[in-house]
Amino acid sequence: MTSPLISVKDLTLRFKTDEGLVTAVNNVSFDIAPGEVLGLVGESGSGKSVTAKSLMMLNAENSVYDDNSKITLNVDDREFDVLSLKRAQDQMIIRGGAISMIFQEPMASFAPAITIGDQMVEQLLIHSDMTAAQAKEVSIEMLTRVGIPEPAQRFGQYAFEFSGGMRQRAMIAMALSTKPRLLIADEPTTALDVTIQAQVIELMKDLVEEFHMSILFITHDLGVIAQTADRVAVMYLGNLVETGTVRQVINSPAHPYTRGLLNSLPKLDDLEAPLTPVPGDIPSPLDRPSGCVFHTRCVESDAIAERCRNEIPLTTIDSANHQVACHLAKQGDQA
Amino acid sequence: MSKDVLIAARDLSVHFPLRGLGFGERPVVRACEGINIEIEKGSFFGLVGESGSGKTTLGRAMLKAAPISHGEVVFSDDEVTYDLGSLQGPELKDYRKRAQLIFQDPYAALSPRMTVRDIIAEPLEVMGLTSSREETDAKVREIAAKCRLNLEHLRRFPHAFSGGQRQRISIARALVSDPKFIVADESVAALDVSIQADVLNLLNSIQRESGITFLFISHDLSVIAHTCDFVAVMYLGQIVEAAPTDKLFSETSHPYTKALLSAIPSLDPDVRGHAQRLEGEIPSPINPPPGCRFNTRCPHAQERCRQEVPEWREMSSGHHVACHFSEELA
Repeated sequence: MTSPLISVKDLTLRFKTDEGLVTAVNNVSFDIAPGEVLGLVGESGSGKSVTAKSLMMLNAENSVYDDNSKITLNVDDREFDVLSLKRAQDQMIIRGGAISMIFQEPMASFAPAITIGDQMVEQLLIHSDMTAAQAKEVSIEMLTRVGIPEPAQRFGQYAFEFSGGMRQRAMIAMALSTKPRLLIADEPTTALDVTIQAQVIELMKDLVEEFHMSILFITHDLGVIAQTADRVAVMYLGNLVETGTVRQVINSPAHPYTRGLLNSLPKLDDLEAPLTPVPGDIPSPLDRPSGCVFHTRCVESDAIAERCRNEIPLTTIDSANHQVACHLAKQGDQA
Repeated sequence: MSKDVLIAARDLSVHFPLRGLGFGERPVVRACEGINIEIEKGSFFGLVGESGSGKTTLGRAMLKAAPISHGEVVFSDDEVTYDLGSLQGPELKDYRKRAQLIFQDPYAALSPRMTVRDIIAEPLEVMGLTSSREETDAKVREIAAKCRLNLEHLRRFPHAFSGGQRQRISIARALVSDPKFIVADESVAALDVSIQADVLNLLNSIQRESGITFLFISHDLSVIAHTCDFVAVMYLGQIVEAAPTDKLFSETSHPYTKALLSAIPSLDPDVRGHAQRLEGEIPSPINPPPGCRFNTRCPHAQERCRQEVPEWREMSSGHHVACHFSEELA
């Protein structure tokens, strides 16, 4: 088996706040293989974005990584220990070099007073040894590639002159122009209309094939995940509760939280089906429940509630590499 | 007007004039153009469309919160009949009691400096619906219980609540004046799916218990499908198709509705890439395309669509569509 492109091991991240240390990510481990699309799902406040930002060391100043946490990036037979990269020039490989990121709100992600073209050229000049003229050529080519009409003219325009869908395309063009190995897409379609969302998803699928990139696709929309991901990781309150292939997780979810998310989705093929919400709200990370973090909202834990309240469930893994952290799941081998 | 219609728009247009260049005609944003809808008493009426389609403007015109440029909106319950275009003074105040709005973003809709009790009580005090503090408190408690807020919550400020709880507070505030008609504008769009289901269930149960008529505005067809009994689809200021929910999904007639439906990502990982992609984006409402407004993006558009405005036709009982070729495409 080839080594994973990026490997996250026991990632624990806390934020120093006035109210004490807040655990945002707790013991999270996952790998992304070259060319693989990993979907990361969870409610707001589950720690998805913070996890993704750790891969690029983009979290705020007050973040503290646990000593055991390790993120390893494998590029061109070289290994990088991401969390030990401290100097700006060392961090270039994870910030635009081998890893790029697209954000949810494309308006807020472009500088408003610099043309789209200048922003695209700037990063190419930093990350490659192109001349300005070459960089402009590559940028216009990328804008064409993502389906922006009249790219040469668009190149000289500002972000406010683009519509929402167009901005997100320009964002993708910009992120891909340095030919990264891993693209982190943080809710890239959430702010878009469904028809535009369908266009952007299609575009991303094409580009993965063309550039053989890996994607970490963050979203709260399980439908989008079903359409794009190869594997899915479900996050709740900073913990990974379930990981498996997209078919395993969507067709036979093993964790009560995953089942809860699926049951609360309105389904178009069965309009009469009742919507079953996950009861209650996600607890504050300042006040993490003991034992299984999900026990306060779990509707299935009555039988062995005592255990769920007191004992942290270990991640078990079955023969098909489907991992779940729940006392109630069928017992497999411990990971 | 037939007896069981609560509010109806006839040939309604809402235009917003823009500042011109000082010569020639001033440009006008045609947010809604020639809208005809009837909302029956006690129904859950869904309005769906992309951003920029004019659904919020239509909702506001029905609350007399947007200017009515042409046509009329008539509200008629058991007690009163109002023509919203000419409504003013004490009658307008009375209409405000009967029609309420629930906003999209529960983080922006609640004053951070008021307790939940004060937020819910404010409409009662402003409209003079209660005569003593005791009466107000009793009413607030009654409505809070209905929206599953407990008494402890009433003393707190909005910042202490999660998105789902805040939306329940907004709902309580809208319900407190005993309205007949509520416009819910993207009221679940800002919520997580697990919370969204909870709020939708709450709205449905309120509608069943108190018979309030809802105009439910959303961009999400799957949410609309699950909550509403009648759906109207809007595109660039016009309604292109309207039908009872089951008919709209079983006998989809307009190409735009079809495209919207197929753009919803399927939950089945084995059904990939069947989306009927809609090219391009919604055109500007300042200068809408001639003929059928959808012709620039429609995969079936022909010469006739570019010249002739399609008629608003009844396909079958209660199912209307505005498309020249809906029979051939069905």
